[in-house]
Amino acid sequence: MVKTPIYFDHAATTPVCEESAKAMLNYLTGTFGNPNSQHEFGRQAMKAVDEARDGIAKIINCKPSELYFTSGGTESDNWALRGVAHAFKNKGKHIIISPIEHAAMLATAKALEKEGFKVSFMKVDGEGFVDLEHLKSIVDKDTIFVGCMLANNEVGTIEPIKEIAQIAHSVGAVCFTDAVQAAGVLKIDVKDLGVDLMSMSSHKIYGPKGVGALYIRNGLRIESIITGGHQERTKRGGTTNVAGIVGFYEAFRIADRDLEKNAIYVSALRDRFIERALNEIPYIKLNGPKDGSKRLPANADFSFDYIEGESILFSLDLAGIAVSSGSACSSGSLEPSHVLLSLGLPEALAHGSIRFSFGKHNTLEEIDYAVDELKSAVSRLREMSPLFKLEEGEIKNV
Amino acid sequence: MYNDKVMETFRNPKNVGEIENADGVGTVGNASCGDIMQISLKIENDVIVDAKFKTFGCAAAIATSSTATEMIKGMTVEEALKVTNKQVIETLGGLPSQKIHCSVLAEEAIKKAIEDYHAKKNA
Ligand code: FES
Repeated sequence: MVKTPIYFDHAATTPVCEESAKAMLNYLTGTFGNPNSQHEFGRQAMKAVDEARDGIAKIINCKPSELYFTSGGTESDNWALRGVAHAFKNKGKHIIISPIEHAAMLATAKALEKEGFKVSFMKVDGEGFVDLEHLKSIVDKDTIFVGCMLANNEVGTIEPIKEIAQIAHSVGAVCFTDAVQAAGVLKIDVKDLGVDLMSMSSHKIYGPKGVGALYIRNGLRIESIITGGHQERTKRGGTTNVAGIVGFYEAFRIADRDLEKNAIYVSALRDRFIERALNEIPYIKLNGPKDGSKRLPANADFSFDYIEGESILFSLDLAGIAVSSGSACSSGSLEPSHVLLSLGLPEALAHGSIRFSFGKHNTLEEIDYAVDELKSAVSRLREMSPLFKLEEGEIKNV
Repeated sequence: MYNDKVMETFRNPKNVGEIENADGVGTVGNASCGDIMQISLKIENDVIVDAKFKTFGCAAAIATSSTATEMIKGMTVEEALKVTNKQVIETLGGLPSQKIHCSVLAEEAIKKAIEDYHAKKNA
């Protein structure tokens, strides 16, 4: 019998790994100084932050001076988009993003629209891949910002960022990628990708919450959104989160060290889950790429006909399995997943989706237990569904 | 977000299914989320002797379906018409605010099923 609860929601957050927690502890109690202070306490703290910056810069192949620590993915996204829009507003007003971005991007774009910027959306296909030909047709001289996730948080699609960057640069626009789900999971070389900005987050890769980073290519014009002290070379105010940054680096270092091993292990879990689920559960659809190499190794996302996502989520929860639902019923809003709608799913299916995101501590036994539980939850809920039988006979329009 | 009673009712809902040759059937959709509920009633001498439901919806919709059908069993149709979603929520010990709309489904499905019963009777 497997031990419950089982955690299959690593795309939401991960536990802090031992190494990271240990590294942080010293900077919470012992070396607690403010890196902005001149004295020894401060210098010690600054040394730790510098080391973290050097280390992460090396991992993603940028210069330490191109890396800025933030409070996480949302702040980095906000900063990239708002900061570039404001810095380039005299050059142009056109912003292009994918329709499957994180809310941090969508909401910021919406706010900028109110300021007079024009926001266009890339097209994505049924698996979530950006349509590059369409992107080529909508970039123009007025375009200042082109932004797309490196890998999608909900359906796991890994986007052709290199090509997107080339298209952005062909019209002189800045290219941004949100690598919150990808950094520490996929090998990333920012110079090779060719992006000007990239968001990263710590808590998705077994580091602490509340810390992340933004890569800003040297020489790129960008306005600050958090003004204050001289931290982060005066570009981002606020007392440096020393312990968080140390923990972030340690987690990133371990993730990078074990990257291939983890990818192989986790994608084997994923593939087993997907194969069994598709074979054993009727009226189910895998959302996102079918080709496992173009999908985040930890992601499996499904839609279920005739039943609703939240009720599946809580059925699994009762069985001791933690997952998340793309259907926003569970998150409080009533809209179905904007990602799935962008992929062309009908509203009912977009309401009935569940995301499983696996981690390095999960096991094959857990996978098998979860598929079994999912199977029985789905059939139980379908027995309760008025749509299930109506479908077989006639569908009443209600 | 859900209290224990809601979770327990969701785990073991009562009255799931469809009554054969029901005296009244009501199917309603929830405009705000697209969810659907169907309630079927067996009625003798204007008294509801059995009630069953089928719900396409969230955990709150399923829990309120169960509770509402439990509540109206044994009631006259007149009494059942007076059951409100507020009473259903109270019986469940409360629902999160964004889930209040889910409980409206049950109230409306009952009303529609009773309408159907009257229509059939007068036909
Ligand atoms: S969210 Fe639709 S009934 Fe609850």
